[in-house]
Amino acid sequence: MNRENFGRGLKDGIPIGLGYFAVAFTFGMMAVSGGLGTWQAVLISLTNLTSAGQFAGLDIIVAGGSYWEMALTQLVINLRYCLMSFSLSQKLVRGIPQIHRYFVAFGVTDEIFGVSASQEGRLSPWYSYGAMCVAIPGWSLGTLAGAVSGNLLPPFMVSAMGIAIYGMFLAVIIPPSKTNRAVLGVVIGAMAVSSLFAYVPVLNKVSSGFVIIITTLLVAGIAACICPVEEKEEENSNES
Amino acid sequence: MSHNVYIYILVMAGVTYLVRMLPLALIQKEITSPFVKSFLFYVPYACLAAMTFPAILTSTGSIVSALVGFAVALIAAYKEKSLVTVALLACCAVFIVERILAFLP
Repeated sequence: MNRENFGRGLKDGIPIGLGYFAVAFTFGMMAVSGGLGTWQAVLISLTNLTSAGQFAGLDIIVAGGSYWEMALTQLVINLRYCLMSFSLSQKLVRGIPQIHRYFVAFGVTDEIFGVSASQEGRLSPWYSYGAMCVAIPGWSLGTLAGAVSGNLLPPFMVSAMGIAIYGMFLAVIIPPSKTNRAVLGVVIGAMAVSSLFAYVPVLNKVSSGFVIIITTLLVAGIAACICPVEEKEEENSNES
Repeated sequence: MSHNVYIYILVMAGVTYLVRMLPLALIQKEITSPFVKSFLFYVPYACLAAMTFPAILTSTGSIVSALVGFAVALIAAYKEKSLVTVALLACCAVFIVERILAFLP
């Protein structure tokens, strides 16, 4: 059971690790060119495991910003993880030791959350651990490779790997959209709203972390009002 | 004044972990409110869709390869291929398109 979940996590972690490698590679290059040591860059990746937050944090380190500025920036950019953890708190297998929650929390990233949310029924922490076992090395080694040599990978390979993460997201959100119209509406609505934030003047000044939070709250909130989900799965009803 | 890089890293990592950990650690109970349950049901889809588009268009070396990769990923996802397959097909599509683009003037 645990082994099966762990194995599935490992497998789904592969595209995540690939995509991470490409993004982290860029981070490693930028960190070193900003004056950080190779191992400092790797330490950031190992302890933070987040893309947008690290790039923003790097800017602050390089600019010599205050620690408060750092804390606040990380809070804002990464606040979306709060929503994801909230969602996962409901999805995790019931009755597991509390310690699992602390470990699963470390691996709450956009991508690992994405694949976790796509699991049928309850989420086993071992699935997360499997994905983390590929994703964390991908992220850290990518940073190391980028820091050591910006020319290690030819640019066309970095370019091709950059899309892996998004391909995976689509594989999570498209299949349910075929059968559930509300989900289809949410997907299209969220893409439309985030496009507004990307292209409309003034709105495009909003940081990407905020865009995701605002879009998610807005679209999921509206959908929950218009199309509440009927009780199904667990607690299979005495009524109905 | 000079700042210590390691304190920066500690602050970054600390805040990021707390944001992730607190909801998981504190919310143990099953939520019963139909609105909150519905909201949480839609959160992953809204969140992932918002992160995918339009960011996917700038994820590769050129908008053309990104569009082709996007289209290939959409089709593969529609056919319910696995996560790995969809991701790799999109990568291959981008790779091939960028090879072809390299030969064009």
